[in-house]
Amino acid sequence: MDSFRKNLLGLAALMALLAVAPLLLGNDYYLTVLTLSAINAIIVVGLNLLLGHAGQISLGHGAFYGLAAYTSAILTATLGLPVFLGGLAGVLCAGVVALAIGIPTLKLHGHYLAMATLGFGLIVYIVFNEAVGLTGGPSGFTGIPRLSLAGMELTSDLGYYYLCAGCLGLVILVALNLIDSRTGRALRALHTSEKAAQAVGVDIARYKLAVFVLSALYAGLAGVLYAHYLTFIAPASFGFLYSVELIVMVVLGGMSSIFGSVAGAFFLTALPEFLRAFENIEILLFGAILIVCMIFLPEGLAGGVRAVRARLFRRAKGAGDA
Amino acid sequence: MKVRFTVVLAAVLMAVLLCAGRPAQAEDTIKIGAVLSVTGPAAFLGEPEKNTMLMVQDAVNAAGGVLGKKLEVIVYDDESDVNKAVLSAQKLIKKDKVVAVAGPSTSGNSLGIMKFFEESQVPLVSCAASEKIVNPVGKWVFSVAPLDRHAAGKILADAAKKGLKKLAILSVSDGFGQSGRAVLQELIPAKGFVLAADEVYGPKDTDMTAQLTKIKEAAPDAIIVWGTNPGPAVIARNREQLGITTPLYVCHGVASKKFIELAGSAAEGLMLPAGRLIVADQLPEANPLKKLLLDYTAKYQARYNAPVSTFGGHGWDSVSLIVKAMETAKSAKPEAIRNALEKITGYAGTAGVFTYTPENHNGLSEDAFVMVKVEKGDWRLME
Amino acid sequence: MNISSLLQYLISGLTTGSTYGLAALGFTIIFNSTGIINFAQGEFVMLGGMFSVFFMKWFGLPIAWAVLLAALATMIAGALIERLAIRPVKGASPINLVIVTIGVSIFIRGLAMLVWGKDTYALPAFSGDKPIAVLGAAMMPQSLWVLGVSLAMLAALKAFFSHTIQGKAMLACSFDRKAASLMGIGVERMVLLSFMISALIGAVGGAILAPITLTSFDVGVLLGLKGFAACILGGLGNPFGAALGGLVLGVLESLGAGYLSSAYKDAFAFILLLALLFVRPQGLFGRKSVKRV
Repeated sequence: MDSFRKNLLGLAALMALLAVAPLLLGNDYYLTVLTLSAINAIIVVGLNLLLGHAGQISLGHGAFYGLAAYTSAILTATLGLPVFLGGLAGVLCAGVVALAIGIPTLKLHGHYLAMATLGFGLIVYIVFNEAVGLTGGPSGFTGIPRLSLAGMELTSDLGYYYLCAGCLGLVILVALNLIDSRTGRALRALHTSEKAAQAVGVDIARYKLAVFVLSALYAGLAGVLYAHYLTFIAPASFGFLYSVELIVMVVLGGMSSIFGSVAGAFFLTALPEFLRAFENIEILLFGAILIVCMIFLPEGLAGGVRAVRARLFRRAKGAGDA
Repeated sequence: MKVRFTVVLAAVLMAVLLCAGRPAQAEDTIKIGAVLSVTGPAAFLGEPEKNTMLMVQDAVNAAGGVLGKKLEVIVYDDESDVNKAVLSAQKLIKKDKVVAVAGPSTSGNSLGIMKFFEESQVPLVSCAASEKIVNPVGKWVFSVAPLDRHAAGKILADAAKKGLKKLAILSVSDGFGQSGRAVLQELIPAKGFVLAADEVYGPKDTDMTAQLTKIKEAAPDAIIVWGTNPGPAVIARNREQLGITTPLYVCHGVASKKFIELAGSAAEGLMLPAGRLIVADQLPEANPLKKLLLDYTAKYQARYNAPVSTFGGHGWDSVSLIVKAMETAKSAKPEAIRNALEKITGYAGTAGVFTYTPENHNGLSEDAFVMVKVEKGDWRLME
Repeated sequence: MNISSLLQYLISGLTTGSTYGLAALGFTIIFNSTGIINFAQGEFVMLGGMFSVFFMKWFGLPIAWAVLLAALATMIAGALIERLAIRPVKGASPINLVIVTIGVSIFIRGLAMLVWGKDTYALPAFSGDKPIAVLGAAMMPQSLWVLGVSLAMLAALKAFFSHTIQGKAMLACSFDRKAASLMGIGVERMVLLSFMISALIGAVGGAILAPITLTSFDVGVLLGLKGFAACILGGLGNPFGAALGGLVLGVLESLGAGYLSSAYKDAFAFILLLALLFVRPQGLFGRKSVKRV
């Protein structure tokens, strides 16, 4: 079985899991956690393509997430456009800004690229805070309408969760296709060595930009889903720390695997819920868990699973031999 | 390698198990919730609020509880983050099934979670000061913190009395500063003053001499600083360094001893509107709040060995009001609590005397504030 | 234009800028020996300030002793971090190491919050609070301390790298770790040393800044961020570039607040930083990296 087929099977399994998850959880409250996890996972899939497959870091994806959220919020709540149009405009806005900022930025490398994307994120964050007339400033933007489909407002939390899970599935499908395509091979070449890729005729600038824009579109989609889910947004949700958290999700999940990153997003979003019981030392444990994971699971959750599976197989084989 | 995985697995399992083991709730308790910023940038609000709420809970239970049942206040920390506030509110409503919620500490988080309370029909008594929380009035949302409009009005009344005309604003660029700045921008021209300069500083900035230098050039009669510790303390120090002698008003956001400690000698002579709590011992004996305030101060300092702040007082007021509403309604049903809250009149709390009506869900007036001056390293009542 | 105001903006900018520069210096040392950006650098600055307050207030030590002990304590913290968190991950990709430093910074901040609480503290100025008047602008004696100590530290680093065997060995690691290791340099020991030196620089910075900026358990986040920006502005790996980058950043912010808009002053500084990177991708004083394939 080739890896693309295997991945499709994985996707089907993931979707089945996401579909039954709300039924397994005894409480409605966990639906909120699941929904926010799915929204985070959508951005993380894009970042995985960018970081894990194209080897480019971005510490500014919180900005794209926020840009789309605010664009859609302003268009629908202030100007009264239908949510569908506002959302579309929000996603496109994230993409267009990514295109404009990506062209000069992606010429930079390593830490300089990190700084440039970080700086971009900070500038956007400051604008969210200071353009009070447009964004409502630091105390937030209220009164965003819920998403409506075909004239019907999606009010049930369960419905909204399935919408987010569906979007996540779609986004993963596109990502898997991309990895399996010519582009995916070009990206892997680019990750290994930009110079070598260039030498064999890969137009690296264009590929890098394409993935950057795609990941920004993903972040935009997540932002729109987020804004119309909470119906309230504030700049603090789109800051530097959030961008860093996204990167942590990707690495913690496993850079080489889309599914690993998705697991990372769910894990990190839900983790504070589990740590709640520890109250004061919660934040301490959070830091410690990050360190411990990196020490013991350098390949992330995905790498861990792979290692466990490999060992199980080996053991089974060993038993068979004996 | 094998050992490592076992260790990680064991650690994860243990964490999950530990979290799952929350004690079961008995039938004879009434549960109310609280969403507070116990950590993060707004911890200076959330921590005293949490401490105070637990204090009120113990006091109520020591006196026999509410309606013959034990009172339990479930506090969740939103880490000053609106997403966490949303999750906490959902958890309180859906999982813990509380009958009313106190908090959040900040305006942004209050605005962020308000609609869940309208949806699920559970009363929310916010500890934050933004006008947007209670205007327009939401059926299920109340607040106990005096509004920024009241504080700004108090400052401007004092400035008018002193004959100051040209005023400069220096506000912090977070939700608190934004809200105060907006009110000042509206009231300063409306009350016949001239807005000479309108500057902003970041919540984490450590040097505001640039803003003060710019304000100095505009030569105002007074400067109004709107922010929470430690920013205004830095501004007070910078003002002294630059040798600026223009009178300086700070706002109620710094009303704790910490401000005087941080600003040191630079705090001398600064004026601010503040709740009566910090000058309780200077109030005339006849003041109906005096006994309550001194009592709260003594109990808080005895239990937590920390100075009181007006913010902790919001914790006192919100939980006490909910308890009071349950007692008058003789019911712990959310609907009954809400209706009783709306009918509360003349209830003495730490922030002032509360009177709620269907049109006014804040319950306080400008009278909640008194003007206070810093003198010899302590607060001094001005009027 | 008012000359004394301009002068005041410059003085404010240089004072703030030297705080960024000091944070940036520490980044440079660790970057040179490991190639990673240490996101916990800001926490070293925080530890320096908080330990000083702690030793002064709780043990009643004179300020000089408090600062000295704070520097020592932070150095030990730096060494512990290297041994307990960085070394076990060796051989991992740089991004993993960066995540480890993020975890470390969250951990240290959490610990500081638990131990010292969430309050802000002030440290008394080393030589009084009486401002010095310079052509109508005011300057605090503490600002002179900050500038002086920063310069002294730069000179000491320069001497260390060019005149001591340890310094030269560390420099060798920064050029090529494998080659350095083949030449018999204990690369691991150098990494440990670089964490200790970074912690020392951060701590001294934190202690001399505390009288101006006040200190609390969470001051490290912003200083780390601005310090990183200063590093990039000056060109990664160059201590002088880092220090100068900090000063430039501080002055830009201060001028931005004075002449443009105080609300957008940080944005203004970052826009100029981005513009510079687009023109000079290696920063102001960075070497253009030529990588052989």
